Amino acid sequence: MSRLIRSRLFWGALGLVLIALLLPLGVSGYILGVLIPAYYFAVFAMSWDLLFGFAGEVNFGPTFLVGLGAYGAGILDAQTGLPISVCVLFGALLAVVGGLLLALPALRLSGPYFGLITLVAVLLLQQMVTVFAHVSGGEIGLTIPDVLSIDDATNYYFALGFMIVSALVLFGLSRSSAGLILQACGQDPVEAQALGFNVAKHKVAAFCVSALFSGVSGALLVFYYGTASPGTVIDIAVGVQVIIAAVLGGRRTILGAVLGAVFLVAAGEILRPLGQLSTFVVSAFALVVILLVPAGFLGTLLYRRASR
Amino acid sequence: MNVKLAHPDIVTRPIGFDAPPLLRVAGLTKRFGGLVAVKDMGFSVAPGEILGLIGPNGSGKSTVMKLIMGIERPNAGQVMVDGTDVAGWPSHRIARHGVGLVFQHSRPLHRQTVGENIKLALLPDSLLKLIADPGVDHRARVIAQRVGLGAVFDRLPATLPFADLRRLELAKAIARDPKIVLVDEPFAGLTSGEVGAFCELIASFRAEGRAVLLVDHNVKSVAALVDRVLAMYLGEFVAEGSAAEVMANPTVRQVYLGAGTIETSARADIEDRPGAPLLDVRDLSVFYGKAQALDHVSIHVKQGEFVSVVGLNGAGKTTLFNAISGLVPFTGSVGFDGQALAGRTPASIARGTGLAGGIVQCPESRELFDSMSVRENLDLGGSRLSAAERRRQLDWLFELFPILQSRASQVAGKMSGGEQQMLAIARALMMRPKLLILDEPTLGLAPVILEQLSHALETLRTTTSITVLLGEQNVTFAIPHADRVYVLEHARIVWEGDPARFAREAGGAYL
Repeated sequence: MSRLIRSRLFWGALGLVLIALLLPLGVSGYILGVLIPAYYFAVFAMSWDLLFGFAGEVNFGPTFLVGLGAYGAGILDAQTGLPISVCVLFGALLAVVGGLLLALPALRLSGPYFGLITLVAVLLLQQMVTVFAHVSGGEIGLTIPDVLSIDDATNYYFALGFMIVSALVLFGLSRSSAGLILQACGQDPVEAQALGFNVAKHKVAAFCVSALFSGVSGALLVFYYGTASPGTVIDIAVGVQVIIAAVLGGRRTILGAVLGAVFLVAAGEILRPLGQLSTFVVSAFALVVILLVPAGFLGTLLYRRASR
Repeated sequence: MNVKLAHPDIVTRPIGFDAPPLLRVAGLTKRFGGLVAVKDMGFSVAPGEILGLIGPNGSGKSTVMKLIMGIERPNAGQVMVDGTDVAGWPSHRIARHGVGLVFQHSRPLHRQTVGENIKLALLPDSLLKLIADPGVDHRARVIAQRVGLGAVFDRLPATLPFADLRRLELAKAIARDPKIVLVDEPFAGLTSGEVGAFCELIASFRAEGRAVLLVDHNVKSVAALVDRVLAMYLGEFVAEGSAAEVMANPTVRQVYLGAGTIETSARADIEDRPGAPLLDVRDLSVFYGKAQALDHVSIHVKQGEFVSVVGLNGAGKTTLFNAISGLVPFTGSVGFDGQALAGRTPASIARGTGLAGGIVQCPESRELFDSMSVRENLDLGGSRLSAAERRRQLDWLFELFPILQSRASQVAGKMSGGEQQMLAIARALMMRPKLLILDEPTLGLAPVILEQLSHALETLRTTTSITVLLGEQNVTFAIPHADRVYVLEHARIVWEGDPARFAREAGGAYL
């Protein structure tokens, strides 16, 4: 039966990838413009699910890691004009350092205390951006001289490719032996240790991997937009959206986060005519889904029969 | 437990093994703040030996187990595993060094099959290991066969009965191939049929030359299996020897049954009074997940009666009281004062209806507000009384427990265990309950405190018309005040009668 589930997931994912690949042939640049950030957003959500669903750590500030990657890459590019690849690498490195910084309190504190620290980390980063406005562009945002491409289709395929590679790596990791151990560490650290697993080591590794993908994705998003602003990559509200996307898609599924992210971004766009009300409608819908089907889209599809 | 008692003439193995011990604990001490949970414990277990470590709740036996496994760090002492002192090592290193722990509560990975859960335990502690070695699947199947999970290898844990989940915990421990196996309450929640199968599995550890430490509440449940028993109480060593010897040990009997002879003073007329009982529990069953904690229990308490439910730790007393108080879901019915309690919230059950008080439980864990003062705790209990009534109730309670008056401004969490217990009872009485439930009030208390408590209960019984339901392991404490006694054993009521008859009939077989 587990093989059947896996194949159902495989065929479903393959179908969606094919549709995504063919999309630029049939739809307008406007729709591609909506989907590109959604794909980067999906990587944020998948990285978050690795921490929450597998390592069992509730990180209320995913944008701390995303923001470090985005601003690290953006500032380096604006200041030195180094190639984009070097800047992205630098942003990713900065995010991993941030991930390690978050891992330290995570190993000492638990539950609400750790959650509070992750929130404060986001506020600190946002403050830093404001205080060092001459380098970071402050509240208005940082204009970045380089962009990935000015062609919609190129940007689209790049974002899609990056998301697919990230999904393969993160999903593969989650289903690997190391992922199994990580899941055990997250669910019952005492028992995991009694089985001989170094819980600290596995959790730190999870923080690093999550930070790496968040950071790279944040950096690439900046090079797509050509700007970086606290409102798009750091603000707590953005972080909450990432969390909602991951939970909506299905905790502990990794791939569900993609569905959640695309759904959130697309729904926000479709409901744009409602103005301010659109955010309300999307949030209310997300709330209802979380209340009624806490397993999320993919979690419900895959595990509904199995878990009850 | 339905395990047969080991008779002295069929003790499974001679005591004193030739081989050097695999596990040797010496001078082990653990303090939690001011509380000494484990004090200078020492013992050893030889290869192929099963040692039972027993003690009532709060005796420190579980802490000893956690200290050996490294889940808690000892303040002093040695834990020698096969000649290496592992005291203070992190848990995962101790596990790698050959110590395995079979947890009482199973928490498997729910999205993974039984087989994958066993494979988890077979994996090396590596970040880079993405694909398990090819031999792992085969080894997992062999282990599953051995513990009796072969047929459900590809099923998800949620679909398994409780006993199979315990088997899965055993399988995970076996997978690590430990030299020393620690088993926490091996038979908790199992039916008598399943107990036999688990006994065989644990005995097979002995045959393989592993050192086994069984941790349990009482001798009775592990007697058939162990080579030797060590009893502890209040963190300290009490007795050691064969199961029969330890059961006959006067100190052990005192710990479990209480000291001295049992005097009874039942008021036989109360139960025979006409009218419906105040509390009427019928066919009450409770499940924790898949483990049955209570099995069709029926008890009743008349207005003004003092009823004791006696039973060893783990028999289901606390579960029974929690069900009555509305804290755990149950099947069956609980009637109080002519009304069914099903569907009422715990708060409304405790408050009662109208002017009449409700059912107030003074729980085993006391549940005081630790950072509030004695007076604040009491005032909270009496928050629904008028100022004048509260004052009267307080004065009465300070008379009943004079020590509380002198400690009125002290923080509850900083008091001794005995004082905390008195405060817990006093706080419950501030609510003016119609029925007071006392759950294991003597737990972990010194004899002199027991005497004070006993005196207070006697005063309560003779000077007020309060109805009390007392749950106790210590029969010497429970019987003297009781008008009627129930014996709860392994989730069932097995005996009911007056205290004098209990002293004659049931007392002997109780431990």
